[in-house]
Amino acid sequence: MNLDSKIPSGPISEKWTKHQFDSKLVNPANRRKFNLIVVGSGLAGASASAALAELGYNVKTMCIHDSPRRAHSIAAQGGINAAKNYQNDGDSIYRLFYDTIKGGDFRSREANVYRLAQNSVKIIDHCVALGVPFAREYGGLLANRSFGGAQVSRTFYARGQTGQQLLLGAYSAMMRQVDSKKIELLNFREMLDLVLIDGKARGVICRNVLTGEIESHAADAVVLATGGYGNVFYLSTNAKWSNATAIWRAHRRGAAFGNPCFTQIHPTCIPVSGDYQSKLTLMSESLRNDGRVWVPKDANDTRTPDQIPEEDRDYYLERIYPSFGNLAPRDIASRQAKFVCDEGRGVGSTKLAVYLDFAAAIKRDGQDVIAGKYGNLFQMYEKITGDDPYKVPMRIFPAVHYTMGGLWVDYNLQSTIPGLHVLGEANFSDHGANRLGASALMQGLADGYFVIPSTLAHYLGSTKLDKIDTNHEAFKEAQANVQSGISRLMNIKGNKTADELHRKLGKLMWDNCGMERSEQSLKKLLEEIPKLRDEFWNDLRIPGEAASLNQELERAGRVADFIDLGELMARDAMERRESCGGHFRTEFQTPDNEAQRDDENFCHVAVWEHQGEGKAAKRHIESLNFENIKLATRSYK
Amino acid sequence: MAGNNNSRTMRIHLKVWRQKDKSSEGRLVDYTLDTVSPDMSFLEMIDVLNGQLVGRGEEPIAFAHDCREGICGSCAMVIDGEPHGPQTGTTTCQLHMRTFNDGDTIVVEPFRAKAFPVIKDLVTDRSALDRIQAAGGYVSVSTGNAPDGNAIPIAKDLADAAMDAAACIQCGACVAACRNGSAMLFVSAKVSQFALLPQGQAERERRVSRMVWQMDEEDFGSCTNMGSCAAACPKEIKVDNIARMNREFGRAMLFGQQREQRSED
Repeated sequence: MNLDSKIPSGPISEKWTKHQFDSKLVNPANRRKFNLIVVGSGLAGASASAALAELGYNVKTMCIHDSPRRAHSIAAQGGINAAKNYQNDGDSIYRLFYDTIKGGDFRSREANVYRLAQNSVKIIDHCVALGVPFAREYGGLLANRSFGGAQVSRTFYARGQTGQQLLLGAYSAMMRQVDSKKIELLNFREMLDLVLIDGKARGVICRNVLTGEIESHAADAVVLATGGYGNVFYLSTNAKWSNATAIWRAHRRGAAFGNPCFTQIHPTCIPVSGDYQSKLTLMSESLRNDGRVWVPKDANDTRTPDQIPEEDRDYYLERIYPSFGNLAPRDIASRQAKFVCDEGRGVGSTKLAVYLDFAAAIKRDGQDVIAGKYGNLFQMYEKITGDDPYKVPMRIFPAVHYTMGGLWVDYNLQSTIPGLHVLGEANFSDHGANRLGASALMQGLADGYFVIPSTLAHYLGSTKLDKIDTNHEAFKEAQANVQSGISRLMNIKGNKTADELHRKLGKLMWDNCGMERSEQSLKKLLEEIPKLRDEFWNDLRIPGEAASLNQELERAGRVADFIDLGELMARDAMERRESCGGHFRTEFQTPDNEAQRDDENFCHVAVWEHQGEGKAAKRHIESLNFENIKLATRSYK
Repeated sequence: MAGNNNSRTMRIHLKVWRQKDKSSEGRLVDYTLDTVSPDMSFLEMIDVLNGQLVGRGEEPIAFAHDCREGICGSCAMVIDGEPHGPQTGTTTCQLHMRTFNDGDTIVVEPFRAKAFPVIKDLVTDRSALDRIQAAGGYVSVSTGNAPDGNAIPIAKDLADAAMDAAACIQCGACVAACRNGSAMLFVSAKVSQFALLPQGQAERERRVSRMVWQMDEEDFGSCTNMGSCAAACPKEIKVDNIARMNREFGRAMLFGQQREQRSED
């Protein structure tokens, strides 16, 4: 398998500029001859669609919703990082690069991350120009706050709705191109297969979810921006429709999967309240700017929080990580929350929660100031739990939030299939083994607005693409493949709902491949998943017909893919015999319970190649070379 | 405290709108759930009901939903006659069963408006709102052109007011609440965001006129200043935006905006 990362030569700060100069271009008059498909309309997909259409390409953009603006980027709360150094606190492109590499526990590519930090600056400028209402100071200039894993304030925000506002910016840019007919918007479409001709990605098969019709769409290149796969765990902060089907089906067609086991568990989510729970809600990391995390010192302390005096509280993050305090990175903060709960010091009825307390901040700044910063989050918390966080500390617990793994891509964001580019959370790049807060929005928009326009032009300008249409044999084969997959699901006629089986998968994954993993737990998981797969294919029930709106059918197809992906995650976690970032193998930890990396044997990306139905995927590696930042044990103490 | 209510459950009777497809007649169907937890969200209650329906081999209730955090704007149910139900400033997904009482009968219907045809059960087609956005809900700036972010200072109160308007989630509750099926609150929120910001000034007249004309073409009704839109809005978008849009539209007419023929394909 060819895993050439195509990292340009030269000093890190000049690689991207040099690469852009060395890349082929497509002249403006020729761009209209190329047809592109973008699947997904979140930050990465919408920004890519807009930027490519602005350049003159013909773009078809697909989304599963009625409107492209409903993609789950809309729910991102806290903010977006950019190395503007507007705060004069010593920030720079190099520092953002450094923080991101370190935050990712030295498991990402230096060149990609440096480019991300460079582009971060332009993202803010462009979003402001699009009319994104970022928070402002009284002087009219942009405001910033801090996020985990950084000692500078470089996070730009729009109240607790930054993702919404950035997505609406990208969506508006995209809708402008819809109006000028450079983008054809295909809403209510779910991609179910990728079409390859002569080894190149030349189109997709999708299902119109309203009519059940299976459609073929041909193109010169395909861009996937379909987000992450956190819903493998059933309960996560992802939206209910977030799924891995597009990337998984591309994987089955030959796109290699990078680091599938790298999952981010976010430390501050609203705890589970019952068996009916359908998803988990995040409480933005930005709250840790002012909220203090604590539990009682004594596991037997049954007093209400207001009755527990200072000396009986353990502000464990401040105690263990004095220099970063409550803003320790997510993987670390999550693990510490688990440790204190394992010690029996958790709070609330389930004892699976810790306090996030704003009393000190409210006393210091006043309730109005706190409400101005986090009002909508406090309101959301109250709606869900019935508690008022201005009076009672929030109760929070870690939950699955983001997946750093994804389809493997080179520096051009091209997968191992020529012509298939993968952007945003759907690819594996940039965040290593742990993503820092406010960096997902940055990556999605950097990929879409600034990277793909250059790298896709290079592909189109340097590749011989035969004229094809959807009458080609490959489309017929893929259509038949999709049809038979749907019939197979419809004909199981068992007794269990897709949701029921999905919950089962989620519990297996969370218990055995969640916040911590061990050889033993993974072994168990690898025994259980095939059983669950059998159960799924023998006992699933989908009422109704395939040729109409059928939400059970949609769900079932996604769960089938989650089961297979879950198995790959388990195998990847098993093979990575070290701990790094969010991947915590209990066998590999330092005496003070921090992740212990093994740089000698695992300083690489694990890249999995599909070997055919029923066969185990093959593991390859892409070595990671650190030329600028010295590999070091991560410390936030 | 939440999480402590599991022992207390409620019996809830539901009357839910069931409609096979666009062209079929719909009707209200009765269901009863015996063990509803007060900590459940409204949609989680529907999930439980759907699980039971699939278990019996019946088709589950189709409904739009996604983020379940009150921000994607997918969920859209008229609950006891009110879009998104009885709690103010709350989307259907954020409505929790503790708002209801043991033994309650709850009527659940789709958002109804001429411009939102029912696709199935509680799912409607709201893509008309996207077409209004495409007509002018943007600043025409292509990627790569932008000056430094701080080159355009914006007074905090203006930025805050723009943000208030930009908080709209395009759920369509304003349309469903309006007796005329008007989309004025939705359109005015977008118009206001850009009318307030310096970035929006260059296209000020073109934007408002094109968006308003597109709204007319999409079969939305007229505004008669009842204000039920703002009362139903889960993001509490203010009715003042409509006044601002009317001013903007009047101004655009004074500046001589001409209605173009926009052929729909």
